[in-house]
Amino acid sequence: MNLHEYQGKALLKSFGVAIQEGHVVENLEDAVEAYKKIQEKTGSNIAVIKAQIHAGGRGKGGGVKIAKNMDDLKEHAGNIIGMMLKTPQTPGGLEGPGKLVRKVLIAEDSYAPDFDACSEMYISIMMDRGRKQNVIIYSTEGGMDIEKVAEETPHLVHKEYIHPHLGLQGFQARKVAFNLGLSGAAFKGMTKFISNLYKAFVQSDASLFEINPCIVTGDDRIIAVDCKVSLDDNALFRHKDLAELRDTDEEDPTEVEAKSFGLNYVNLDGNVGCMVNGAGLAMATMDIIKLSGGDPANFLDVGGTADAERVEKAFRIILRDPKVKAILINIFGGIVRCDRVANGVVEAYKNLGDAINVPIIVRLQGTNADIAKKIIDESGLKVHSAILLKEAADLVKQVLES
Amino acid sequence: MAVLVNKDSKIIVQGFTGKEGSFHAGQMIEYGTNIVGGVTPGKGGQNHLDKPVFNSVAEAVAKTGADTSIIFVPPRFAGDAVMEAADAGIKVIICITEGIPVQDMVKVKAYLENYDCRLVGPNCPGVMTPGEAKVGIMPGFIHKKGRIGIVSRSGTLTYEAVDQVTKAGMGQSTCIGIGGDPIVGTTTRDAVQLFMEDPETDGIIMIGEIGGSMEADAAHWIKEHGTKPVVGFIAGQTAPKGRTMGHAGAIIGGAEDTAEAKMKIMAECGIHVVNSPAEIGKTMAEVLGVIA
Repeated sequence: MNLHEYQGKALLKSFGVAIQEGHVVENLEDAVEAYKKIQEKTGSNIAVIKAQIHAGGRGKGGGVKIAKNMDDLKEHAGNIIGMMLKTPQTPGGLEGPGKLVRKVLIAEDSYAPDFDACSEMYISIMMDRGRKQNVIIYSTEGGMDIEKVAEETPHLVHKEYIHPHLGLQGFQARKVAFNLGLSGAAFKGMTKFISNLYKAFVQSDASLFEINPCIVTGDDRIIAVDCKVSLDDNALFRHKDLAELRDTDEEDPTEVEAKSFGLNYVNLDGNVGCMVNGAGLAMATMDIIKLSGGDPANFLDVGGTADAERVEKAFRIILRDPKVKAILINIFGGIVRCDRVANGVVEAYKNLGDAINVPIIVRLQGTNADIAKKIIDESGLKVHSAILLKEAADLVKQVLES
Repeated sequence: MAVLVNKDSKIIVQGFTGKEGSFHAGQMIEYGTNIVGGVTPGKGGQNHLDKPVFNSVAEAVAKTGADTSIIFVPPRFAGDAVMEAADAGIKVIICITEGIPVQDMVKVKAYLENYDCRLVGPNCPGVMTPGEAKVGIMPGFIHKKGRIGIVSRSGTLTYEAVDQVTKAGMGQSTCIGIGGDPIVGTTTRDAVQLFMEDPETDGIIMIGEIGGSMEADAAHWIKEHGTKPVVGFIAGQTAPKGRTMGHAGAIIGGAEDTAEAKMKIMAECGIHVVNSPAEIGKTMAEVLGVIA
């Protein structure tokens, strides 16, 4: 689960990590009030307006602007609130429709008083799958695309692995501060920053923290200016407060709906819908569709209990996509009995009536597959049935070519 | 012989009296698996499915001589259950549970380093040695005793491969579902190594998916040490970047862990890579010269 920048910052702040302060607002009126508060507190007229959406590269699409006076503030906040923001990471990229900006963060100028005296760093924390340990990745090259930095100047990207039981040690925090080229008060400040950041990562069961940039100011303060925070969905049971931060407006509405039915669904761009039990087989089925000349319209794992109700729900969700020209149902029955799935298909067909106007290929294999095939074949429905995966693939091809 | 589990394995079920544990323990017993008892804290002394229930794994080991455990404990307690099994001296710990927090597994994995045991999973279908022991949730009837070892990160996709192998006139020595989580106890390479060293395995099927570097690690190991043919498939050739595809571990992070990149490395390391999941069994038969 991803957090917005303002939510991530609040989380970091609760662990004593210094952040770029600000106010999140949803309309121009509140934006003006927030700006006044910042003027009053900081004595500066500079503020930053930042669109709050779940995507990086917001600046590239015009979602981050600096205001130097009230007129600027009104102009930029007015433009950004309600805009369809396109960034390289929103669906379809810069050519896509973009994402609706519902909230903006009116933030203080963390670089004050002396912009030129500030230096930008990069700090992230994640779990390294190969090492099976958490790792702090950091670099003096902040404010840039870290993958590019790693590619072009790998010696400028450092990694510090953390012992699973002992946690971050003092010498490790000092090593990070040293490698970032800091001394004096900034050195001390960075060790504290890193320690608190790591504590926040572990105690919130995060899967990713990315602070880019993290700045060191001219007067030696360390501040997280931006942050990307992702949390481990499997650990939300012990973080009820964080679970409530989920913003379903940022997710595909169909995916949210599918989830409420216990279906694991990911919307894709193709023309062949699929319904499968098990994540690995679902991915493999998508691959089969591609090899048969189509493109998968979705990933959909119906899970371990594919009963009639769930099959119908899955049908409805797939059929909502106008691009879908055919549907492939691929069930390998283990615990799930194929005859029950077959009855589910027949039942769904009856209930949906004419809504199903694309060819359907049903491949049922495993427990009671023979009975299932008989149910489908005798139902009188316009359904192509298969037992072998190869047969199903050939049928997809046939249907697409006809 | 086969690997990990066989007819002589003495198996206990952790989470024995729960809904999942009861159902699958019943299925395993029906298959002929040597289940010697189960553990549910607080329910010790009872009988369940005609087997004794113990309060702790240590007690179960003391009374039954158990050496293998299968875990059906809910996610929030599953990490604890794995460590309890290791501490009690269990040698093969098979954790079926899906949804364990990653940070729990980081700690559990490090804890296990001090014990002489092997964890399989979590978030896996278990381990199957046909005709001897079904220690998992897979359908028993699709399997057939034979000489192909199968390792996979998936559940139903493994059944698919098993079915193809059986239909192609071969059978399985052991099938290991290593699980779909970012951190798993037994890696693809570990499982491949077990099969390479197993005299009852002639060929290996390795099924991977997007995310992580386990398949590439295994491929490099095979290039160096492999003595038997390996057929490989990677699921998720059409998966988008940055989206979790059902399994917590199935997410493309960069250029290295796409299906394409993995398949390329595997092919370079001498693995017979198939593009279509429908060709797994057929390819193995061709490689081994088996005529169905």
